[in-house]
This record gives sequence, C-alpha cells and structure tokens, in this order.
Amino acid sequence: MNDPKQRKIRVLVAKPGLDGHDRGAKVIARALRDAGMEVIYTGLRQTPEMIVEAALQEDVDVIGLSILSGAHMTLTPRIMALMKANGLDDVKLIIGGIIPDDDIPELKKIGVSAIFGPGASMELIVEQVRQVAGERP
Amino acid sequence: MQVNDLNRVLPDIVESIRSNRRVLARLLTRVINRQADEALAALYPFTGQAHVIGVTGAPGTGKSSLVSALAHYYRGEKRTVGIVAVDPTSPFSGGAILGDRIRMYDLAGDPGVFIRSMATRGALGGLAAATGDVMRVLDAAGFDVILIETVGAGQSEVDIAQTAQTTLVVEAPGFGDDIQAIKAGILEIADILVVNKADHPDAPNTVRALRAMLDLGHRAERTLHHGYLLSGHLPDQRLPDENNAWQTPIVQTIATGATIESVAGISELAAQITAHRAYLQSSGTLATRQQANLNCEITDRLRDALLTQLLDNVDPVQLSDLMTQVTTRTLDPASVVRLLLAQFNG
Repeated sequence: MNDPKQRKIRVLVAKPGLDGHDRGAKVIARALRDAGMEVIYTGLRQTPEMIVEAALQEDVDVIGLSILSGAHMTLTPRIMALMKANGLDDVKLIIGGIIPDDDIPELKKIGVSAIFGPGASMELIVEQVRQVAGERP
Repeated sequence: MQVNDLNRVLPDIVESIRSNRRVLARLLTRVINRQADEALAALYPFTGQAHVIGVTGAPGTGKSSLVSALAHYYRGEKRTVGIVAVDPTSPFSGGAILGDRIRMYDLAGDPGVFIRSMATRGALGGLAAATGDVMRVLDAAGFDVILIETVGAGQSEVDIAQTAQTTLVVEAPGFGDDIQAIKAGILEIADILVVNKADHPDAPNTVRALRAMLDLGHRAERTLHHGYLLSGHLPDQRLPDENNAWQTPIVQTIATGATIESVAGISELAAQITAHRAYLQSSGTLATRQQANLNCEITDRLRDALLTQLLDNVDPVQLSDLMTQVTTRTLDPASVVRLLLAQFNG
C-alpha cells in the first residue's frame, strides 16, 4: 500500500474567489485521501494564478475547484486559460459546488472534465477523479 | 508538451530544469516515484551548491509559517528558494493530505520560489525516502537556499539532520515540561532552536527550559551519543576544539505576521543561520558532515537494495510456510532470519 514506487494520483483541491465556506472542499479532500490519493490542499481565497502555479509545481493530475459563490463562469475560463498558457494541457479540471444546470454545457465546452453539484455521492466523485486522472499520459 | 518524455531532455537536463519549471515539476514526480535514476546521476555533479536548511518540530508549532517567513526574507536578499514540504501518508489508505502550502500562499507568483509537497509514503524518520533526491534536483536547478520542512515530528524523527546542513528545531510554548527538554532525540539535532509563537505568555518558560537543557551538557558529550542512538551514524558533530564549538542559539519568533516587517525575530533567525553556515565552513565541519551524510546514505541505499534483492530471491511459498511456523510459535523470528540469510549466501 505504501510502496514508494507506486504512482499515486495527485489532486489539487482549491477554493478560488472570495467565498469562505470550505467544509465541502475539506470533505472532498478527506474522501480522496481515503481513496489513496495525495491531495494538495491550498486553502481559501486562491486566485486563478495561485491555483495554476501550485498545480504546475506539484505536478498534479487533477485540479478540483470548489465554487459556491456563483463566480464559476468568470473563474473557470480564467483558470482554464492559465492552464493552457502554462502548458498544463494534460491536467484535468473538475468543479464542485453550486453550478446551475444551464451553465454546465458551456463549462464542458471550455474543457471542464466533470461537474458535481449538491447531492453528488462521494463514491461517484472518487470514481470520476480516478477516471479522469487515468486519462493523463 | 514533450516534457512527458524526460528521456528527450536528458542530454541537457540541467539546462532544462533551470529554464522550464514544468520539466522540473515532472522530473520531481519521477524522482518521488523512484523512476529517475539516470537523471539523478546526470544531475549529481551539479549539486552541493545550495544551503540546505531543515525545519522540524512538533505538529502545530508553526513550521510552515516559519518556512514561509524565511523564504520571504531570502527573497528580499534576492536569493532564490526551493521548498520541500513533507506531510504524512495514511498507513491505512496510502493517501495523504498535503497542507503545508496553506501557510505559504503569499509566496505564489514569485518565479524565484518553487514549492513541492510530498508524502512520507511509509517512511518513519520525518522525511520521505525520496526527500534527499528531491532536494538534490532543486539544488541542481540552481536554487540558492533549500528549505526542507519535515512532518510534524515528535522525539525521534531525526533524519533531517542527515539531509540538511543547518537544522532548526521549532518549539512552541505549552508543549511539556523541562523533562521533555532533556530527553534524547529531536532537540539534540538542533543547530538552532526556535521558540515560535513567542507572544504566548508561556514563552519565557519554554525558553528557560531549553536554555537549561543546553547548559546541562556540552555538545561534544551529547553528540557522542548520536552514533549510538541512531541506526546510521549521525553526521559527526564532535568538535576537536572546544573553544571553536557552535553554541546552539535560541531564537524567539512570531512567524504569522503578514509582512516581513511584522514577522518578529526572522532577521535574527536568518542571521543565526548565516552564522551557522559560516561556522560549518570555517571549522571544517561542513566537509565532515557531508562525508558522514553520504556514508549514511550509501549504507541506507545498500540496505534497501540488498533487502529487495534478498526478498526477490525468497520463494513466496517457503516464506509463507515460515511465517506460519512463526505464528504457531514453532519457530522464532530470529531463526527465520538466520535461515533466509544462510540460504541467500549459499
């Protein structure tokens, strides 16, 4: 289980923007840890620049954003653009939080791999993270 | 991006990791997964330049905040900083939460800083097995200062002293009485003792207890025990000349200030780190320590390699049979070892 040669899925869990409610992000971080992943938790009030920089330095497979503020249509494209600019084309982006159904097609279109709203089960989230991480070369 | 294929950048690996942070990050992943022997061999001649500072201490004493404050200080001096932050891996799931970056958020966006979090992945000495290699890659990448933060350490996680040149042991007020301070272990490896959260009303007591501990023994005697205490030989800190001995200073800090100006004690701490570095060089201790560290490392690697080789040669059926005999108490563990060793040698 702790074979150092084993490749571990690395996930950055971040909260961009100004909403200060991070219980959900922590619960997700904990669930991913319990699923055997290495979770880099960066805390509250991250700018898109900080998130992408951390993802680059930590060489994560997946970035998970928690957004409850309604700013997802502003923050997500910005983060996506920065990921591209920094050559993180192979890193997957997933979002959890309060995301209206109407916004989901647009988010998928710009390249978000998965979107989870309230009520998404932990099993589903873990499974999807595994799946999108597996797609990384 | 071609960085996924590190073999392609191997011929000019040094240039690649110095000019491209993405290549550096990807190489570190390979190093952590123990799949970068060739790259490490190519980088080795370019290591040994950085000042490597270890920061250890109990959970919650403020190691991450202190690392962040020190990094800011060095950036103010235009020195580049690499940070390796280690957090524990769960022994049950194999997963980990790496949260040290939370306290380092204001270093983001500075191209002169590179932070890498890593999980212990089962290692128990306060560092991960690959921490030393990660440190070497950052060293070869040209960072002037490398700060290594251990897991929240208790009394015996002393591996950092074999990796860093200058070891800071961070204490905070309210963590036990003066008997704790005279126990063996982590306090003995301190080149500099830091009492963080110095604005706490109990801080003077902590400083007093630590000072009493330091006054009790002089370093030459304490360090003699090191080689005995530890599995390897700790870097030899014995000093040929008592008058030239390094006196472990106690520095009080309040690491949580938002700006360098509001972080108390940090310039004094940096001055002590510089003084320690100068002492290491002038006394010749740097060379002897490095030699001792490398001896330890080779011994450790040899032990791991031999163990792997030996276990690879054991028939799993035989092993499970022997295990059963041990479980049913018809054979004792030491006899199993003797038997397997004899088999391996014969």
